[in-house]
Amino acid sequence: MAKYKMHILICGGTGCKSSNSLQIIENFHNILAEKGLSNEVQVIKTGCFGFCEKGPIVKVMPDNTFYTQVKPEDVRRIVEEHIIKGRKVSELLYTNPETKEHVSDSKHMDFYRKQIRIALRNCGFIDPENIEESISRGGYEALAKCLTEMTPQQVIDVITKSGLRGRGGAGFPTGVKWGLCAKNEADQKYIICNADEGDPGAFMDRSILEGDPNSIVEALAIGGYAIGASKGLVYIRAEYPLAIDRLKIAIEQAREYGLLGEDILGTGFNFDIELRYGAGAFVCGEETALIHSMEGQRGEPTLKPPFPAVKGYMGKPSNVNNVETLANIPIIITKGADWFRTIGTEKSPGTKVFALAGQINNVGLIEVPMGITLREIIFEIGGGIKDGRQFKAVQTGGPSGGCLTAKHLDTAIDYDSLVAAGSMMGSGGMVVMDETSCMPAIATFYLEFTCEESCGKCTPCRIGNKRMCEMLEKITSGRGTMEDLYALRDLAAVIKDSALCGLGQTSPNPVLSTMDNFWDEYVEHVVDKKCRAGVCKKLMKYVIDPEKCIGCGKCAKNCPAETITRTDYVAPGHKLASMVIGQDKCVKCGACITNCKFGAISVK
Amino acid sequence: MTKVKSLADLKAMREKLKANLDIREKAENPESLVQIKVAMGTCGIAAGAKQVMEYMMQKADELNIEAVFTQTGCMGYCNAEPTIEVRMPGKDPVVFGGVDNNRAEEILTKYVQKGEQVEGVIPVSY
Repeated sequence: MAKYKMHILICGGTGCKSSNSLQIIENFHNILAEKGLSNEVQVIKTGCFGFCEKGPIVKVMPDNTFYTQVKPEDVRRIVEEHIIKGRKVSELLYTNPETKEHVSDSKHMDFYRKQIRIALRNCGFIDPENIEESISRGGYEALAKCLTEMTPQQVIDVITKSGLRGRGGAGFPTGVKWGLCAKNEADQKYIICNADEGDPGAFMDRSILEGDPNSIVEALAIGGYAIGASKGLVYIRAEYPLAIDRLKIAIEQAREYGLLGEDILGTGFNFDIELRYGAGAFVCGEETALIHSMEGQRGEPTLKPPFPAVKGYMGKPSNVNNVETLANIPIIITKGADWFRTIGTEKSPGTKVFALAGQINNVGLIEVPMGITLREIIFEIGGGIKDGRQFKAVQTGGPSGGCLTAKHLDTAIDYDSLVAAGSMMGSGGMVVMDETSCMPAIATFYLEFTCEESCGKCTPCRIGNKRMCEMLEKITSGRGTMEDLYALRDLAAVIKDSALCGLGQTSPNPVLSTMDNFWDEYVEHVVDKKCRAGVCKKLMKYVIDPEKCIGCGKCAKNCPAETITRTDYVAPGHKLASMVIGQDKCVKCGACITNCKFGAISVK
Repeated sequence: MTKVKSLADLKAMREKLKANLDIREKAENPESLVQIKVAMGTCGIAAGAKQVMEYMMQKADELNIEAVFTQTGCMGYCNAEPTIEVRMPGKDPVVFGGVDNNRAEEILTKYVQKGEQVEGVIPVSY
């Protein structure tokens, strides 16, 4: 077979797939075949490149050209111009928003410049459905190294020394966790991958599984060897069909190549992996609930101890690790604990993957070293706030986390500094908010989510969260009082102290942190009955300026509540009397504003 | 496909497969490699640039030269096609005109491997 002259990498992640990247791939195949280039140019469907804002993304190698927002009909142009004649299609290149210059190479984009890709090292680089591409990038070498050169204890020591902490959110040292499970004797142990990613807006685990499933297979085998488990289980939510497919392919291929199954690499080590599907309950990300769900029980947490390391899946010692944590394992084994420690901070070595979302220019998946500041993430990588508006807050850690404000922008991010600032790492969702976001409304959004997801087993979470939700509803609809604010704070503190599992203990965080940082805004809602962001509809008031109103009556005609009437006042220079909105019947639909051609109506 | 039965098998397999990802690996870090650009304008193609590029890629492999081959648009030297630009790490690029298979081989064995001058350099001011 002749050697390929060029590779075309096309994102086949869920995001780009939904903007038609599969059609793009097909067009490439067809047009290349038509031009007789199928033997010269290889087309590869990869995992996520991370820059979802600009998807679908097509990357041409070896000239490292990064095409953004490619449409299926652009394919012919790329082939005819770039592939055949060597001329880059400049309209499809990324445009630097400040200099307005085309940037052809991802290395020179602000979005990628500060990133270090460790967990995402193969995402967007290899074909996730082909184990050979993984092997040629050094896949399964770490497993081989463990099996042939290291004792299980040595493996645990390396991971402990690397300082790797659980990327699911709590940040428990992974090596220590493995050590605890390893020392419990049993006829059967399990290593479990927690792929139940539930935070709204977080999609790093999905992207890793979609882009590089072999790393997870390998890491589970390494973990199994370290703790003495011959069986790995992946708990993955059924609403991740693509990740499930790719993981299944990886497992099958690994079996076929003898990298899973019996007597792996002739070392006598047996290990295999099975999948378990979750129905998508947030609480099942909690390890005891996850284990119960896998056993076929209700997905409800139980008190720890006993920890899963003692009594886990089917009553056997089990160890649960998050996807991103596992993705770090093989590379730590190959490159060593000292190498890992050179990245990140003293107490939180390594990198973290964040899902950037919200009112930010560059939405996407990024991997940055720990210790980076929020300012760097939001303004350099993220490209700042949309439409030139002001930064107000960033929500980290999902429904368990909290809001950080402008005063935290220069905090170096790691597990401990985020907790100290009143939030947490969580699984890495980062929702950026500008001045058009109302803090009590944001708190309500997250609390509604936890109410929905509460399993109902313990009273503080089941009833407490519901009551908090009602109080917030009262506040955002203008019926709240100062007493409600104090009661809300008290109740939040009680739930935090008394709930059974992590879900309940952290559910008041969005409320507490927004109250800490934006107390004024809460007070405004209850005392002035005002929502400065203009989000809380019930607090909004539509007013007609009698000096500007010419009295045409178009607003009244379009008012569904029929609450706009004519006054007696005729403004100087006008012929007709002005209109007025009856506030008691107004439903705040905004139909009057859209219909007023004279700019006489405003929201207050 | 044969099973991977030992560490040696895995390493052998990686070595064998590595070439498939070569283009991508090299693209990550082109500055440290020999970069060869082949002008693929209509004139270049007509003069046989495609075939020369293929030949050169194959030769570079045989000679164990770590090189990244890319195509560019017409460089403007239509009288001297096929034209290629060779950039050695840390050096200024040099443009060669009228490159056929023999010249291509000469460029690789003399200029790239030994740093010797080769006929046919097009003087360019960068």
